[in-house]
Amino acid sequence: MLSSDSDILAAAEAWRRAGRGVALATVIETWGSAPRPVGSHLVIDDMGRFLGSVSGGCVEGAVIADALDVIEAGTPRLLEFGVADETAWRAGLSCGGRIRVFVERVG
Amino acid sequence: MRPETLAALNAARADRRAAILVTDIADGEQRLVAAEAVEADPLAPLLARALASGRSALVEAEGRQLFLTVQVPPVRLVVIGAVHIAQALAPMAAALDLAATVIDPRTAFASPERFPGLDLVADWPDRALGARVPALDRYCALAAITHDPKIDDPALAAALGAGCFYVGALGSRKTHAARLARLAAAGLTEAQTARIRAPIGLDIGAATPAEIALAILAEIVQALRRPEPA
Repeated sequence: MLSSDSDILAAAEAWRRAGRGVALATVIETWGSAPRPVGSHLVIDDMGRFLGSVSGGCVEGAVIADALDVIEAGTPRLLEFGVADETAWRAGLSCGGRIRVFVERVG
Repeated sequence: MRPETLAALNAARADRRAAILVTDIADGEQRLVAAEAVEADPLAPLLARALASGRSALVEAEGRQLFLTVQVPPVRLVVIGAVHIAQALAPMAAALDLAATVIDPRTAFASPERFPGLDLVADWPDRALGARVPALDRYCALAAITHDPKIDDPALAAALGAGCFYVGALGSRKTHAARLARLAAAGLTEAQTARIRAPIGLDIGAATPAEIALAILAEIVQALRRPEPA
């Protein structure tokens, strides 16, 4: 079963209640053929466990790495991924689109 | 995000209340605006537009970039008729994350053996809706597929009255013409009945019950994701 956005936000709340460090990543802007629509969420805990998707798998690894820093520091981050930024970022989108992802700590 | 903001967002979703989370992406500042508070909000026009579209979006206001997480209630599908098409429709709807309820007063049709694990209600639609089944609202799709006016018509009237985003009815053009006449006699306006999609389902040449179910679901997704301008 696919995780709907409601499952993801419910998981974020449950994980936080369970005392885990939690970050929420949200696709806030897309250009071209981005794999996941604006508003898609990925929730990440302090062990790197995650639920949901912001790109269908292309850049999740990089988002998770940044999310761990955000959980630690508490300062939100704005990430941008796309083929045009291959030199600046570890990950790129094979579909040729570009996305911006907002990562914030829960709590 | 503050834990209480997340909890409020989830609570609104659970209660089928629409809300918008406004996030200033420069500093992460957030506030949650309930649907009923949109009109009085300083960003009223922006928020109202976002709420009507049902889609989250990045907007600019007062020189700041704001992300609007638009949360509208999860879509429900109410199927009138525990018929063969419904048996195919129910598992497909589940795969699309559509919470489906099947209503049919005929207990021979509405038997749990025919619909394992499904929310099945063996009652008349006008009795079940608003009681055993939560009342219809604009975040509901209704598909009337019994072929029996006694069962379908009251449900269609209820769906049109509630402003369901999708109202479909099974039957040929001839059957539908007779249906429109009956609904007009029952007091529904032409503007209301014009919203009924009939013959039901996208025209993909569907022949089997499963194919008709697919055509219905495709039409529901289209109504949801590409709504006709009001």
